[in-house]
Amino acid sequence: MTRRNVVVRLLPVVVAAVLAQARAAAPVAEPALVAAQSEISFVSHQMGVPIDGRFLKFDAHVQFDPKAPQKGRFLIDVDVTSVSLPTSDAMEEVVKPAWFNSRNFPAARFASSEIRAIDKGHYEISGRLEIKGQSQDVVVPVAITQSAGVTTAAGEIVLHRLAFAIGDGEWRDTSVVADNVEVKFRLALTGIAPL
Amino acid sequence: MADGKIPAGMPVEPVRRYTDMAIALHWLLAVALLAAFCVGLYMADLKLSPTRIRLFNWHKWAGISILVLSAFRLAWRLAHRPPEEPAYLPAWQRRLAGGVHHLLYLLFFLVPIAGWAHSSAAGFPVVWFGVIHLPDLVSPDKQLAETLGDVHAALAFSMAGLVSLHVAGALQHRFILKDNIVQRMLPGRRAQDSGESRA
Repeated sequence: MTRRNVVVRLLPVVVAAVLAQARAAAPVAEPALVAAQSEISFVSHQMGVPIDGRFLKFDAHVQFDPKAPQKGRFLIDVDVTSVSLPTSDAMEEVVKPAWFNSRNFPAARFASSEIRAIDKGHYEISGRLEIKGQSQDVVVPVAITQSAGVTTAAGEIVLHRLAFAIGDGEWRDTSVVADNVEVKFRLALTGIAPL
Repeated sequence: MADGKIPAGMPVEPVRRYTDMAIALHWLLAVALLAAFCVGLYMADLKLSPTRIRLFNWHKWAGISILVLSAFRLAWRLAHRPPEEPAYLPAWQRRLAGGVHHLLYLLFFLVPIAGWAHSSAAGFPVVWFGVIHLPDLVSPDKQLAETLGDVHAALAFSMAGLVSLHVAGALQHRFILKDNIVQRMLPGRRAQDSGESRA
């Protein structure tokens, strides 16, 4: 048996060992966001007309054990510069200082402080939301579902844009752009234990 | 246009006027159409601002209101026969006036519908008075939105041209021919004798 043969014969064994190691390590690793199946969108209202927008880039760091939800933590980072709106003039406008001022405040963040289980699959996540340097305490109702190894956390929350100084100056007029903005999110995560 | 003159020896009958409702709709829609046209011209090239959003929405609310009022007006006109054109007018003038009226009625519907479809294609549903959500006429599509915007503008300018012709005709009857055609559509006293205005 040559040296080369030994390597070739041992290779499957080594690969299997490495895979086993990886599999064993998986539950310990932090759940990962499946970006392609996740979405953060919002609806604002111009004189009653719904305007749809969304953020294309965001990340989530989640620790969540359904057996002990109160010990979990959700940290969502949104790249504000990735905002997408239906028209090019809205896209040009929204980055300006009166709106997101995204040059100075490129990141928005939600950090949970408390997770309260309502019933199976339903939770109330309290935390702090920071956009454009302004922080607000928010309570977010979240429904968690699981299928094919992917855990989806989804919910909707109404934010008041003026609390974050989004749409300042002449845009403060809520008869033109409503204060209420409905934000919807769907975060697909792998690596969360079954409910 | 000498052949349009009222023959000298012709007995002048009292004017048969349009109904009060037809007169009210005519002038209400005249004001609404003029306002919507002027706002439309002004707003088109505005940069994004609260003013632009306000004007666009007011324009759309006006357009839908014009559409609804025009539907009612058409129904009213079909149910209430308008006064006959006087027999002393040459046939070609009666045909021209009738043709202009028909085209105007067509445009009362086409211009708002094209504007509505343009708004739908541009991804902005029309919410009448900020309250009533109207259905989208077409799905959002950038290319289609551009085309429909051009169609809406072309139809609106066609209507402006026809309105100019209509107004020119009215002014000619009132101030040059001095007959009582225009009186039929003027608000005011009933059963007015047409003789006095001709003196």
